[in-house]
Amino acid sequence: MRNFSYVNATSIEQVPSLLGRSWDDAVVMAGGTDLVGEMKDYAAVPKRVVNLKSIEGLDYIRQDDAGLRIGALTTLTDVLENSAVSQELPVLHQAVSVIASPQIRNMATLAGNILQRPRCWYYRSEDFPCLKKGGARCYAVGGVNTYHAIFGSGPSYIVHPSDAAPALMALGATVHVHGPRGGDEVLMDDFFTMPEMNIRRENILRPNEIVTEISIPKPEANSKGMYLKVRERESIDFALVSLAAQMTVVNGTCERASLVLGGVAPIPWRAVEAEDYLRGRRITEARAESAAEAAVEDAAPMPHNGYKVEIAKNLVKQAVRALAS
Amino acid sequence: MQQKMKKVKITIQEDGEPKEIEIEVPDTGEGGWGDLSKNTYINRPHVRVDAVDKVTGRAKYTADIKLPGLLYGRILRSAHPRARINRIDATAAMALPGVKAVVLPGDDPAVFSRECRFAGQEIAAVAATTPEVAEDALHAIDVDYEVLPFVVDEDAARDPAAAQVHGDRGNVGEPRVGEQGDIAAGFAAADVTLEASYRCQVQSHIALETHGNVCQWEGDKLTVWASTQGVFSVRGELAGHFGIPETNVRVITEFMGGGFGAKFGARKEGVICALLARKAGAPVKLMLTRKEEHLATGNRPSAVQHVKLGATSDGKLVAYERSNYGTPGVAGSANIPGAPYLYEVPNYRIEQTSVFTNAGPMAAQRAPGHPQAAFAMESMMDEMAEALGMDPIDIRQMNDPNEARRNMVAMGAEHIGWKTRRSAMPNAGTGRIKTGMGVGSCRWGGGGGRTQAECTINPDGSVQVKCGTQDIGTGTLTLVHMVAAEEFGLKIEDIDVRIGDTNYPYSGGSGGSTTAASVSPAIKGTTMLAKLELFKKIAPRFGVEPGELVASDGNVFVGSDPSKSMTWQQATAQLGDEPIFFHGQWLPGYSDSGVPGVHFVEVSVDTETGLVKVDRVVAVHNSGMILNPLTWASQVNGGVLMGIGYGMYENRIMDPATGYMVNANLEDYKVMGSTDIPEIEILRYDEPERGVIGIGEPATIPTPASIANAIYNACGARIREMPFTPDKVLSALAAVKEG
Repeated sequence: MRNFSYVNATSIEQVPSLLGRSWDDAVVMAGGTDLVGEMKDYAAVPKRVVNLKSIEGLDYIRQDDAGLRIGALTTLTDVLENSAVSQELPVLHQAVSVIASPQIRNMATLAGNILQRPRCWYYRSEDFPCLKKGGARCYAVGGVNTYHAIFGSGPSYIVHPSDAAPALMALGATVHVHGPRGGDEVLMDDFFTMPEMNIRRENILRPNEIVTEISIPKPEANSKGMYLKVRERESIDFALVSLAAQMTVVNGTCERASLVLGGVAPIPWRAVEAEDYLRGRRITEARAESAAEAAVEDAAPMPHNGYKVEIAKNLVKQAVRALAS
Repeated sequence: MQQKMKKVKITIQEDGEPKEIEIEVPDTGEGGWGDLSKNTYINRPHVRVDAVDKVTGRAKYTADIKLPGLLYGRILRSAHPRARINRIDATAAMALPGVKAVVLPGDDPAVFSRECRFAGQEIAAVAATTPEVAEDALHAIDVDYEVLPFVVDEDAARDPAAAQVHGDRGNVGEPRVGEQGDIAAGFAAADVTLEASYRCQVQSHIALETHGNVCQWEGDKLTVWASTQGVFSVRGELAGHFGIPETNVRVITEFMGGGFGAKFGARKEGVICALLARKAGAPVKLMLTRKEEHLATGNRPSAVQHVKLGATSDGKLVAYERSNYGTPGVAGSANIPGAPYLYEVPNYRIEQTSVFTNAGPMAAQRAPGHPQAAFAMESMMDEMAEALGMDPIDIRQMNDPNEARRNMVAMGAEHIGWKTRRSAMPNAGTGRIKTGMGVGSCRWGGGGGRTQAECTINPDGSVQVKCGTQDIGTGTLTLVHMVAAEEFGLKIEDIDVRIGDTNYPYSGGSGGSTTAASVSPAIKGTTMLAKLELFKKIAPRFGVEPGELVASDGNVFVGSDPSKSMTWQQATAQLGDEPIFFHGQWLPGYSDSGVPGVHFVEVSVDTETGLVKVDRVVAVHNSGMILNPLTWASQVNGGVLMGIGYGMYENRIMDPATGYMVNANLEDYKVMGSTDIPEIEILRYDEPERGVIGIGEPATIPTPASIANAIYNACGARIREMPFTPDKVLSALAAVKEG
């Protein structure tokens, strides 16, 4: 880890000026469970670390008629143990329950989870000056790409590691951002960015902006959700493939389906073709199968990760069946 | 009743030569440990004596050692899989405040080479006042490399046109051949012949405590706190390297966090630590990082085995042919056992080679070669059983020459319900999750020797036992207490035991499942003969022969007339001023070698995700006479878990394009977590008449094989490559579907 200075922020308003115009100047830290690892591995070498946990009042879960508002500094444990989340947003509750370990969930924050940097072993290792670190190539191409992307077409083949993000996206959540010009709101669907837009980052945040809140609209009546996650090592692991599914089914007919895959693309990956296919259709075994096929229609696996296509397909099938019944 | 005596032959050193002599010792019957039912400690469960110290953090491991003025060492390692160092400039590093010493290739050509043959090879080192400054100093060293062609994949390395790891010597070592009978005739006599290839990956050791040392010089005397499996091997290597007498080197290992075969000798990091300490004129602590552990401290070599097996229609094995290779990295051997594993085959031919690659060198790892051999053989036995329409157990029993193992297989099968709960048809279940059951077996040697000990009985009744052996986490310290306390009829806490120090009597390295069988007979012999010396002083008081006295329950009395008795303290008070001091050694008759083991496994396979879950393991093991059933069971549990890790998760992944290990951490190199642990049941098959036999290694061998067989039974997919991850399971399932 490179030496750095450390600043405790005391208000949201103060943060943009404490941060700089470049990611190399300063970064924010909340739970630190991702950032510290990045710094130890020299994937992040900031000159200054701005601690956000010293800001009061960013740790809350509030419920009103519109839905749920979760402060950026709310820990994953607090999200997991919240009764409104577990009762009304099972997709989020289940997603958070399979993140990392209890120890990490006690430290890590919800905003930090959706802002996680890639776990790609080329990105994380000091040995590889990869595209995402300003280098010339994505080492997953021609390398060992067992855990890499099956959707998107590069130039970087990282996968987005978050479990909370697919769930929040499936729920139609909004991210509240604060920057030098004040606050702004962005739909989760518009928050993440593909590598061709910005190779160095995975979302729209600029170096002097932070996330302050995530708000989740109240799910419509007859809407049900679930989160499925497949990991090689079940005790603690990132997803090989995960699926956040939220479906509105009335009398056996799907009115709306929101299906977001994790671990398969540089951003949480909305299975638009499957959603379109299901809308207005009566769910049958064969249609669950067809939806699953539609979800992976555009998959372009690399030499070592074709198995992810099969898993993604089966997860969509399982979720559609389960949520229709 | 007079204690029976017997003569035993022991080997002593005379003028530097081993010499066999005969001595007389008490005859304690078959197996050497007497009537176990009368014991207080031996063969009874006892919580390890340092358990509380360990869980409260009071136990000080090498990494916990703090000395005044201590510096922190770090090693600079090759940034390329194959390169030549043209120039190395540490000016900027030495200028950093807090940097106290830098050693460069020229400082010690025996440690550092300018020829880098793997990414991670040691090329220089620094010592600084904090670990952070030491790390900054590593980054400040400027190395000018001439980057050369490399090869990290064992299949690619076999190509004669591949980059050469060691000059023009060729990457493929001399074949080792083992043969018996006439394989052509054997296969001609076979009714069924099967051929298949099996692949085992490279496994890192992953000791909880990384390799490391603290070195302190005083003049030309060196004290080393080492995380080692062999304090005497560290002493010998350092004395030799620095050209000082062994008496000038003291190595201490009071507590140690695991080695699994990769911590013998000083190794490069030990020598480098001592070099830094000498150059800095201050003590240096050098603990390796997890990444360094993966890259440079050893691993279990890979194995690719092409196997051909022939059997008659009634299941008798008649011919076996195997050609296998694996990579030991830049050095060492990837050989596995050189005869058909476990089973009797009259005609066989085995040819094996080691393939050098530009990767970190192998080291012995818990049962070297055996898990690889067991995986291929036990998978093939199941494949043969199916081809012949036999039960996998029946074909094993028919061809297994080891009676104890046959009994153990029957015992485990009965316990797990092989006949009643297992479907003879693979893939019999319906639904997404399929369950199955599998079996796998092993053998291991063990045995003991090479241990001396000292015992002092003081006039106040206090007893001290010293032995240089180290407790690498297996419970050695506890068993020394138990053996001595049993012998003197005292309580465990009454014995002052000192181990883990080269200032104490010699004991060999803790490896090969030999420690218990080496240390316990030495402690038994030493304390037994020390006690006899005490009895010689007391016997006249009772008017009996020394052999008629018994020490039990804190008293010394005449065996045939317990009313003639005194307390232990009254007895030792007879010594006046002079303690009893006895230097003893390992004695034959208390230990044995050669054990079988069998694992039964139940798994669930999710046929839609390829995820395998190990639900239950029934481990049947045999250690002759078990000293401490609690620490013995811990060894079996640990072995089972390490075997599951090897079979299911662990895999050193080398990037063929760049030559780097991509998962040199504990996130992408996956070891099992606590909630992945299945139900483990341990069945004991006791043979107390054989004495003490080790358990560390056999407990890990058969796990991957039995998991593979259970997966097949569950879903009909035969996985011939480890680890059994979803990608492999799904592709095997797809192959089954396509027929």
